[in-house]
Amino acid sequence: MATNPMKIRAANKDGVTEVKVLISHEMETGQRKDASGATIPAWFITDLTAKHNDKVVLTSEFGTSISKNPFLAFRFKGGAKGDKVSVSWKDNKGETRSDEAAIA
Amino acid sequence: MRQNKLFVLLATFVAAAGGLGSTAVLADKASDEAAIARYREMIADGNPAELVAGQGEELWKTKRGPKNASLEQCDLGLGPGVVNGASARLPRYFKDTGRVQDLETRLMTCMETLQGIDPKAVIDAKWLKGERETMAALVAYIVTQSNGQKIAIDMKPPQMKKMYELGKMAFYYRSGPMDFACTTCHGEAGKRIRLQDLPDLRTQAGAAAGWGTWPAYRVSSGEFWTMQHRLNDCYRQQRTAEPIYGSDVTIALSVFLAATANGGPVLTPGLKR
Repeated sequence: MATNPMKIRAANKDGVTEVKVLISHEMETGQRKDASGATIPAWFITDLTAKHNDKVVLTSEFGTSISKNPFLAFRFKGGAKGDKVSVSWKDNKGETRSDEAAIA
Repeated sequence: MRQNKLFVLLATFVAAAGGLGSTAVLADKASDEAAIARYREMIADGNPAELVAGQGEELWKTKRGPKNASLEQCDLGLGPGVVNGASARLPRYFKDTGRVQDLETRLMTCMETLQGIDPKAVIDAKWLKGERETMAALVAYIVTQSNGQKIAIDMKPPQMKKMYELGKMAFYYRSGPMDFACTTCHGEAGKRIRLQDLPDLRTQAGAAAGWGTWPAYRVSSGEFWTMQHRLNDCYRQQRTAEPIYGSDVTIALSVFLAATANGGPVLTPGLKR
């Protein structure tokens, strides 16, 4: 599932860019058990970074309290139409994924 | 005369007390509803069903099954390969199969005829496992292509009328240890369970609110549920026998709901608590 791309939308309005990211991830807490009683191993995003062109605009630490398929929205000052916004995450298994979109 | 006066006084008092009571209840209800509306607004922007729909679109175009074919030639009622607006017009009567079919049973037909996949693979699978997971993804993709359109069920074929009557019967039929029918929860206006409104499915507006917003992504479980899944879970909550996947009763209920909702907006995939 981790290979599914993120859906990123970014729009600039009055000098502020609003970014909306929909992430495909299981976000398994490690607290749940399956039908046979065995613990489902933890599998969740630990770090997420967002960049505007090459400048980091957001870094965050994710944890097990965040839902499956998380939705993240944030704003930063600046950004112009056509600029690149990229988002990348790393999970506790060491898997990573990076996607990008252009500001509309 | 004296007695009459007393009665009038009493009635006034009761009316006043009743008035006060209902005002307080109304205020509570209004703030609850505002809080629920705000919560919905917060989650509305990022419907994860979009992720499932993306997988579904891939699957639609992927060659699978013994015949190694894609579903791109599947006829959902508007001609081979036409997806846009198809689910807004389902269930419908199909001449080639001679049956009234909902989206999922129609997809089973396509999977069988085009790809050679035995419908049993879907019917016997568990929810969101195996071929039913594939089905859910396909459904997510297809219903997204009808988002914003209007529910348009063709009730002219006599087979549809028959299914409607059967569905109506099933809707009011009480069964199980609790003696519940669909109407027990969905036969009165202004009801809800936790954060979810329970639409009065007997009315056009209620049925449109229900039928028009399913299939949906459920935030609480992180799962995308098809209409078959939704209906099956209603039966489970009714504590009665769960219907076979794609069986006539599920299609009949779908026809009853969709026909009642006719003309209402399609807001699929929905987003639920």
